[in-house]
Amino acid sequence: MKKVIMGNHALSYGAMLSRAQVIAAYPITPQTQVVELLSEMCADGTLNAKFIKVESEHSAMAACLGASLAGARTFTATSAQGLALMHEMLHWAAGGRMPVVMGNINRAMAPGWSIWTDQNDSLSERDTGWIQFYCSSNQEVLDTVIQAFKVSEKLMIPSMIILDAFALSHTYEVVEIPEQARVDQFLPPFNPPWRLTPDDPHAFGGLTSPDHYMELRYKLQKDMEKVPALVEETGKEYEKLFGRYLGQVEEYLCADAELVFVTSGTAGYTARVAVDELRQKGIKAGNLRIKLFRPFPFEKVRAILSRVPKVAVLDRNISYGHHGIFYQEVKSALYGQPSAPLVFGFIAGLGGRDITRDSFQEIADYTLSKNKAEEEIVWIGVKK
Amino acid sequence: MSKERKMTLTIPREEYMSPGHLACQGCGASLAMRLALKGLGQRTIVCIPACCWAVIDGPFPHSSLDIPIYHCAFETAASSASGVRAGLDMVGDTETTVLAWAGDGGTFDIGLQALSGAAERNDDIIYTCYDNEAYMNTGIQRSSATPIGAWTTTTPVKHYKKERKKDIIGIMAAHGIPYIATASVAYPEDMVKKFKKAREIKGTRFIHVFAPCPAGWKSRPEDTVKLARLAVQTGYFPLYEIEDGEKWTLNLKVKERKPIAEYLKLQGRFRHLKEEEIALIQQEVDARWARILKNCGL
Repeated sequence: MKKVIMGNHALSYGAMLSRAQVIAAYPITPQTQVVELLSEMCADGTLNAKFIKVESEHSAMAACLGASLAGARTFTATSAQGLALMHEMLHWAAGGRMPVVMGNINRAMAPGWSIWTDQNDSLSERDTGWIQFYCSSNQEVLDTVIQAFKVSEKLMIPSMIILDAFALSHTYEVVEIPEQARVDQFLPPFNPPWRLTPDDPHAFGGLTSPDHYMELRYKLQKDMEKVPALVEETGKEYEKLFGRYLGQVEEYLCADAELVFVTSGTAGYTARVAVDELRQKGIKAGNLRIKLFRPFPFEKVRAILSRVPKVAVLDRNISYGHHGIFYQEVKSALYGQPSAPLVFGFIAGLGGRDITRDSFQEIADYTLSKNKAEEEIVWIGVKK
Repeated sequence: MSKERKMTLTIPREEYMSPGHLACQGCGASLAMRLALKGLGQRTIVCIPACCWAVIDGPFPHSSLDIPIYHCAFETAASSASGVRAGLDMVGDTETTVLAWAGDGGTFDIGLQALSGAAERNDDIIYTCYDNEAYMNTGIQRSSATPIGAWTTTTPVKHYKKERKKDIIGIMAAHGIPYIATASVAYPEDMVKKFKKAREIKGTRFIHVFAPCPAGWKSRPEDTVKLARLAVQTGYFPLYEIEDGEKWTLNLKVKERKPIAEYLKLQGRFRHLKEEEIALIQQEVDARWARILKNCGL
């Protein structure tokens, strides 16, 4: 069935079709419609789940973790300040191996107050041990939620599904809503290898001495390393049932490109239009949209970018005192590679400023006319 | 031939807490857990945030309890328990009791917001605060449960605590939850009875357990039960229940309350107090006692 829905509701439908059993959430713009719709679904029986209307995002994640450890499939959604408030519990989720799936609407961090998109909220949580997926269409949002539950529950690692404020969260698109029976076929009920039950009492998360702690972290990393292959595998399985492939990255006309943009989120969609325009002008441009950011898709990125002479990484975020975060990650992936391209880093679109086709034209002009960036950070569209 | 006299043992023999735990000598909190679980039984899951009990239980891979434990974040005893309850319900276990077990810091201070949220939603959990009146696990810093006049490492003798202890029972009563009780490790029968009673009630239940801490109070380990008893007998920590936020019941009618000085003098944390300061504390205890009697209709 096809429906015209907003990005936020794509998250809600994803959670509904995945048969989330416990949802604990707190309102924040621009996420609110996600949980409003889920709340309605719980109220009218469309979804058989407990909805805990908590008093903060910190409690939202804490409640999800308790429910997850009790053996229930859990979902929540938040944004910016809410995600930051959850920070402690994000470590708890991954460290405790609780496979919660969460939607995060990318919103710039205050102050000054902003409700518009940038990625500093989710990228600040880069090192908490969560799988991170960045989406660029409402269809991808819905499909990724269902896939994320499968990947997360197999490895007992939580997942964050990330979409841009307004540019996606409030944008209506045609979305194919899969049949419940086929989703059930793809995603069996959550059956964790351990759980809180008096039938088999264990202590979870207790005091852990230096003799044991490091091994817990080693195991988390080892399982994280399994994510890329599992995303490929579940993507193919999903494709067989639903005809859409997910995967780690989206490659657009990179094979013969002299310049490849590296993008994420909705900017990755705009980039494809910009690539088409540049090609009409005779410039062989391409676009590599990174969908899976944690774990970082090293192999894909190396394989694709090692073929091209020049790479322009677009960041809608900044690590103050360093650079854009995708730029850092791409450079670290390419370091020491035999045919590494020249990599340029651009920052644009902070706090919801538009990233347009003209932005990509400017980036292409800069990258193609130089053999080295003249500034460490090239800012696009900033009033200096 | 005289009739054989039989004494009824009201405290269950079953033990859900094993020796080998890491509590200090004379720890009121460990006694509190032992008694609470005798009331609740084995089909209980406990959420323990950062507090002494996060350590007492024993290090990974050991545990001194025969029930499952979720060691949760400091401020999340209530929200974690709410989540566990919802999760259990969804996987078809509606019988197991979910217990949140936090210290005074985790209840009066950092966890108060989550506790208020759970109580307002009337989530089906038993929340227990074992109150040793300061941050004992981190080495005796004042909390909002520390009583007026007390020394702690952050309220040194020259600037001992000048503020009153927060009225946590008043706060919880204002939420109108179905069951609130105070309990003391010096009155095990009363305490076990209250946990048993709480287990049979639905909704948020709050039990405030008085748990002396020899290390933090600078008292003798062998005086723990004596101090807990004196706290009740002086009227400093009366034993009472509040049902549905309205029905107050005094469980132990102390006919002649002992002077508070008897309780204070056994603890090094009050050693610096002068006569007139003790007199002020006495006045405060008297006033609170009178309020509780009035609320109980006595």
